[in-house]
This record gives sequence, C-alpha cells and structure tokens, in this order.
Amino acid sequence: MTTQSTVDPELSISLKGRVGMLGMIASESTFFGCFLVVYLFYIGRSLNGPYPAEVLELPIVATICLLSSSVTIWFATRALRSDRTRSFDLWFLATIILGALFLVATAQEWMGLIYEDGLTIRTNLFGTTFYSLVGFHAAHVTIGVLLMTLILVLSVLGHVRGRDAERVEMLSWYWHFVDAVWIAVFTVVYVVGR
Amino acid sequence: MTVMDSEVGAVGGVRNSWLEELHGWVTTVDHKRLGIMYVLSALFFMVIGGIEISIIRLQLSQAGLNIVSPQTFNQLFTMHGTTMIFLFGMPMLFGIANYVIPLMLGARDLAFPRLNALGFWLFLFGGLLLYFSYLGAEGLYGSGSAPDIGWFAYAPLTSKTFSRGNSTDYWILAILVSGFGSMLTSVNLIATTLTMRCKGMTLMRMPMMVWIMLVVSVLVVLVIPPLTAAQVMLLFDRFLGAHFFDAQAGGSALLWQHLFWFFGHPEVYILMLPGFAYASEIIPVFSRKVLFGYPAMVAATVGIGILSLGVWAHHMFVVGLTRNLNVFFAGSTLLVAVPTGIKIFNWLGTMYGGKIRFDTPMLFCVAFLAQFVVAGLTGVILAIAPLDWQLSDSYFVVAHFHYVIVGGLLFTIFGAIYYWFPKVTGRRLNETLGKWQFWLLVIGFQVTFTTMHVQGLLGMPRRIYTYPADRGWEIWNLATSIGVVFQIAAVAIFAFNVWRSLRKGQIAGDDPWDAWTLEWSTTSPPPSYNFETIPEVQSRRPLWDLKHPEDPDGIHE
Repeated sequence: MTTQSTVDPELSISLKGRVGMLGMIASESTFFGCFLVVYLFYIGRSLNGPYPAEVLELPIVATICLLSSSVTIWFATRALRSDRTRSFDLWFLATIILGALFLVATAQEWMGLIYEDGLTIRTNLFGTTFYSLVGFHAAHVTIGVLLMTLILVLSVLGHVRGRDAERVEMLSWYWHFVDAVWIAVFTVVYVVGR
Repeated sequence: MTVMDSEVGAVGGVRNSWLEELHGWVTTVDHKRLGIMYVLSALFFMVIGGIEISIIRLQLSQAGLNIVSPQTFNQLFTMHGTTMIFLFGMPMLFGIANYVIPLMLGARDLAFPRLNALGFWLFLFGGLLLYFSYLGAEGLYGSGSAPDIGWFAYAPLTSKTFSRGNSTDYWILAILVSGFGSMLTSVNLIATTLTMRCKGMTLMRMPMMVWIMLVVSVLVVLVIPPLTAAQVMLLFDRFLGAHFFDAQAGGSALLWQHLFWFFGHPEVYILMLPGFAYASEIIPVFSRKVLFGYPAMVAATVGIGILSLGVWAHHMFVVGLTRNLNVFFAGSTLLVAVPTGIKIFNWLGTMYGGKIRFDTPMLFCVAFLAQFVVAGLTGVILAIAPLDWQLSDSYFVVAHFHYVIVGGLLFTIFGAIYYWFPKVTGRRLNETLGKWQFWLLVIGFQVTFTTMHVQGLLGMPRRIYTYPADRGWEIWNLATSIGVVFQIAAVAIFAFNVWRSLRKGQIAGDDPWDAWTLEWSTTSPPPSYNFETIPEVQSRRPLWDLKHPEDPDGIHE
C-alpha cells in the first residue's frame, strides 16, 4: 500500500497556486458583488444632489488603459515563460504604466467630483455607494500596481527567470480579475447608473 | 508508536526548555500544531462564552432578579453569541480539519503552511480584540464597554447615534479580522483537498469528512466576504459619515439584515456540516460497517451547500417582505429538510445491522442523531412563515438553534475529540469519565433546551433581562437554569479527563478504534512529516484493505 508517490512536485506546486488564487478570486467576487448590488439597490434613492447624471462622465481613456493592460500582462507572462526576460520587463513596465494611468484618471475624476461638484462620501447615497465601490476597485488596482512594481524591480536586478513564470502568471490572474471587476463597475456605475 | 516525536512533544520525548517550546509553538507552520492551537483556543473561548451564559441563566432563573444590570445583560448575550459562533464554533471546526484532513489525504501538510499560520493568528488576534473591548472601548464618551448590539448587530442600533463609544467598532473589527483568517484557511483547505491527495485517492474515495469540509470551505469562501462587505459599510457609516444604513438619508436598515443573513444562514451550515463530518467518520467505525450510501451523502452535502445560499430571508419573515418572497424563502428552507433527511437515514442505515460499540465517541453521535432530528423538526416549524410570525424572536427560536448548535454540533465535537484524542496525544481519554460527561451533558442539554421551547410557546421574548412573575414562565426558566449546572459539571469532567489522560491515559497505539482512514496508519502522535512514505490507496477504506487483503473494498465500490 505504501509506495513512493509519483506526483510531479512541480505540477503539484503550480496546481496549488492556481486553486488558491481561484479561491481568492471567488471570495473577492462576492465581496465586490455585494457593493455592486448595493449600488444598484440605491440608484435613484439619493434625497439630494448632485445626482450621477449631472456629474459623471464616461471614463473612456481610463477604461482603455485598464483593459489594454490585460493584454500587455498576457504578453509579459508569455515572454517570461520562454525566458525572454528583457521582453518581459518591457511588457510588464507597459502594464504598470497603464495601471498607473488608470489611477491618475480616477484621481482626476475624484478631484473634480469633490472640489467642483461638492460630492463626498457623506453628501448622499450616490456619494456613499460610488466612492465605496469605485474606491475598493481602485484600491485593488493600486495593490496590483505595487506588486507588479516589486516584481519588476526584482526582475531588473536579475532575480526573475523563466521558472518564476507560474507565480507571475498568478499575479496576472489577479490583474485580469481586477479588469473584469472594472467592466462590471463601468456597466453599473457609468451605464446603468446614469 | 511509543517513540514520541520531540517536535510534537505532547506527551513525552525530549524535553526542551519552556522558552524553546513556546518559540516552537509560536513560529510553527505544522498543520498538526496549528490544529491543536486552534482547538485549545476554541475550548478556552468556549469556557468564557459558557461563563457569560451562566451569568445570564442565573439572572433569569427567577422572575424580577437584579443580579446584573440591563446594560451588562445586553453585553453578556452579545458576547456569548459572538464568542460561541466566531471564536468557538469556527476555530474548532478549522482546528479539527487542520489536524485531520492532511492525514486523511495522505499529505504532509496543507497546501500553504504559512498561510495556515496566518489564518490561525488572525483568528486569535480577532478573539483577543473582541475581549479587549472590555478594557479599551470606553472611547471618548465614557459609555459602554463590551459590545451590546446582539450577535447580528441590526442597524440602526449600530449607528453612531445609538451606539456611542467604540464597543461596536471592536465587534466589527474583531469579526472582520477573524473572518479574514477563516477565509484564508478555507482557501487553503480547498487547495489541499483538490491538489494534494495521495496516489489512488480519487474524489469519490475521499473520506466523507474531507468531502464535507470541502463544501464547508467553499461556503466560507463565498459568504464571509458579504459579511466583511457589510461590516466595511458599517465602518464607513460610523467613521466617514456614509449613509448605507441611515434611513434618514434614504438608506435602508433592511439592507444590513439582507447582507448579514446572506452570510448568517450559510454560517449555520458552515457550523453544522462539520458535525455531520465527524458523525460520518465515527458512526461507520463504531458500527463496524461502511458508511451507507456514500454517493448519496456526497450529493446531499453539496445539495445542502447550494440550498443554504438561497434561504437567508427566513430570518426576516417578520420584517414584512412581500408575499412572493415569503413563499420563496419558506419553500427553499423546507427543501433543506430533504438532503438533511437523506443524511439522517444514511447514518441510521449505517448502524442498521452493524455490530455497534458504544464507546464514548459513538454515544455522542447517537445522541446527536436524536437531538438533531428534533432540531430539524423545529426548523421545519419555523420555516412556515405564518408560524414564524408567532414564534420569531421568542425563546422557541433560541431553543431551536441551540438544539442545532449544542445538540448537534457540540455533541459531535466532543465525539470527535474523544475519537481523535488518541491520535493527537498517543493516549486515550478515560472511558468511565467520558460516560459520566456524556450522560451529564445529555441530561443538562435536555433540561435546559427542551424547556426553552415551552417558554417560547408561552410568549417569552428572547434577550429580555428579566420578566414579571405572573406570566407562568418561572418554572420553565428555573428548569432551564438548573440544566446549566449539569452542563457545567459535564465540561468540568471533560477538562479533568483531558488533564488526567494526558499523563495517565491508556497508551493508544496507532489504531485504537480499528478504523479505516489513513490517519490511523501513522504513529500516534504522527511525526512532523506525517508519513514516512506517501501512501497509495485503492478504496475508500485503505486500512481495511491493508488488514483484509483477501477481501479488499475496491471491488464493492
């Protein structure tokens, strides 16, 4: 009965990571799901302005940045898997820049909302739900950008090689997830909610 | 098996200095040590929660008593509920799963050992944070200390207006932190179960306990985040002036109830399914038969998991939902009785015709079967919306869920502790003391909680700190309080039994119960690496195959 296991340890490690990351993504999905449902539930229930239709504009540039960063990170992980580190660095840098641009766009939008339109989290239900939902998404983008920057620094120092492709791919799953959440946020906040 | 691994060191072996020993425990990432720490912390919090409820029962033992103030009373029942659910129930089930599941799967540890340690320490920190509120929650207002909002913390009671000081914030942050730990541990258990099974262990050959804990872990991953989200919203309301639950700004207090119970009801199954898991391991071994209807049990477990996500509003019948919602949630709740009934009959089918050994673990499981049927029947009663309108928020509800959690879960937990204690320590718990504990607990349980149904039917609301003498409630309340004395005696005997058996208990050997799952194939206690060689299995009962090579199980499955 007791024979040596023939499970390939490398395969086992990669499977573990994948299942773990999927579990985390499932968990995060229900977290965002709650904020999305609450946003939908409170649409049109603010007792005073400013209302979404008056102050929100479609964040086209930010959306293009974030969605295209999913493509660049895909190229980055593909480059790393075939051990082309230089190419990986460049694609990864592009992803970080696109993520940072998205954050800059969000910051500008919030500046306008707060200082010109006078909308804060305590103004009305729209402000409450908007800043929570978009804020949590932006926080996730920030975490992703920080993690990617860390990996890029390690890579430039020569510590990231083809054997790390699996781990970087797990980070890319997180990034794709953050992107997918943005599609939901965009639809609910900027399309349905206006 | 008498050679103890010095790293496990629960009974003997090489003695390190206490500082080295402590350092070893604090820095460990070994699933067995973390499991032991989970279980010990859970038992510690069980005693604290038990002390709280004993004070409550003393206060309610007669009409018009004034042993504690109404404020203290509110804090006591809040802390009792929160402690028993989040600091006793969940860590206990994670602790046992932590210890047993890698052994059952023939693995050397969980998938992410360091994540496992993080999960444990987050839970413990959350628990200490909750109790630190007694010291630290005065805040700037000098009002209140421990949280007094009830374990489900309905809005708007939790708003800044009605809950000044920081007691509510301690409740929010403590549960948020320990919830995060639970979520991480669940992800860990899922990854372990799906990727680290030994050779030959297909999903349909996993021990029933592993299947059930897989479903429990999926539930935790899916429903803890809604609670976290609701608590974050509450924090935003309290600190940033947001309006999620603020009716004056158009917000909805009902929203909290929906979010909380979307977590809260699956939470009941998160707590109760592990009880089913322990019973599904213990009953076959002590009936000397294979578990009856294994595939049906798996299907029933998954079915309960799925149904549990669609029943939450049966906690909210009295808030005035629409008729259609009431019908939907009553119907979905009644459906839960089907897979649960399948399980009950399968356990009975396992015992039927078996050579039953009534050792202490089996006694607890038999009592569980009887008591859980009653709990299920009162559940069916409460699922019927018009009856719920009469009984909601009365002691009938309190009796129902204590029948589930105490009569179901606590009994199976004690069964599980008696069952696996020999594996963990190398020594058996004393059987005579175990039987004393069992019978005292059965008597205490019945006296306490059966009488509670009557108080509820007579109209006694829950969470009142005292009551007038002319309602006919006194005799029932007195009985309920007397039952507590028996339960305290039972727990005291258990503590004495553990203390005594650790030093003088009968040496267990690898496989004291003649059981069939992989954890019994290694030494007691297992070495830190669990198995010298990773085992390979051909059926659901690998140790049966080993002991009976002439009649292996595989061909019958």
